[in-house]
Amino acid sequence: MSELRPRIGVLVFPGSNDDHDAAWALSALGGDPQLVWHGEPELPRVEAVVLPGGFSYGDYLRAGAIARFAPAMDAVAEFARGGGLVLGICNGFQILCEAGLLPGVLRPNASLEFVCRDVPLVVERGDVPFTARCAPGQTLVIPVKHGDGCYQAPADLPEEQVVLRYARGANPNGSDRDIAAVANAEGNVMGLMPHPEHAVDTLLGSGDGALILASLVDAARERNYARA
Amino acid sequence: MRATVLVRPKGGILDPQGEAVERSLRQLGFPVGDARVGRVIDLEVEAATAEEARAQVERMCERLLANPLIESYEIDLGAEHR
Repeated sequence: MSELRPRIGVLVFPGSNDDHDAAWALSALGGDPQLVWHGEPELPRVEAVVLPGGFSYGDYLRAGAIARFAPAMDAVAEFARGGGLVLGICNGFQILCEAGLLPGVLRPNASLEFVCRDVPLVVERGDVPFTARCAPGQTLVIPVKHGDGCYQAPADLPEEQVVLRYARGANPNGSDRDIAAVANAEGNVMGLMPHPEHAVDTLLGSGDGALILASLVDAARERNYARA
Repeated sequence: MRATVLVRPKGGILDPQGEAVERSLRQLGFPVGDARVGRVIDLEVEAATAEEARAQVERMCERLLANPLIESYEIDLGAEHR
């Protein structure tokens, strides 16, 4: 039986620049990516949505602050409220925070420097749809590249919503509690600053990002079978 | 009606820009402390009264101009701008 390739929407904002990389990676890992322009008021039939990295609207005002009002974001919010799988990478994480779909907000790096390097991450939770292929305590090496990645967590953020942490001493941006990835309480929405789509082939360094994106493809495929 | 919105990082929020500005000013010999960097937004608002204008600008601040998690805002109406 040939494996079904689940459709995964990849949003494209003006200023997105990792949309095609995310689509390429999802396709290489068995997904069927569908690019969705930010001006679309509705999503096509998809089993998951990825908000890619980049600098939507030039990061004007605050990173993600303007993109969150794109017509497609209303559809994404509705999709998320209905339990749909939504993954935000870097700028996508910033947009999900500004949209209130994830807690907290991302601020300029404590160093004020743009950071671009591989960072070691520790898996805190292996039981959300985005990390099902990882084991708790496992270390993943995935690159970051951002200027506004300092995560400010709400004081009452439950520990269970922390999915990935920068390894001890490797926090590249000053994030609260070394948080690299956070999920909503329900676990169907996650944002992370590192770029799993840039770590899916060992030829280019680490292949650890594939664990995250393949977990998402697995979960999307299950939802597609459940719907069929 | 002219409106000016001042947006500031809330107290306790790390402000690396403010810290960098403070360091530079100190290097220049100015004995300053606690520098914080925010932003200014000047607007022309269509409203019949100052109260209406203020209410509109407050909604703008809550929805877009400031992020209440990390920023506070101040609205100045009818200010003269150059």
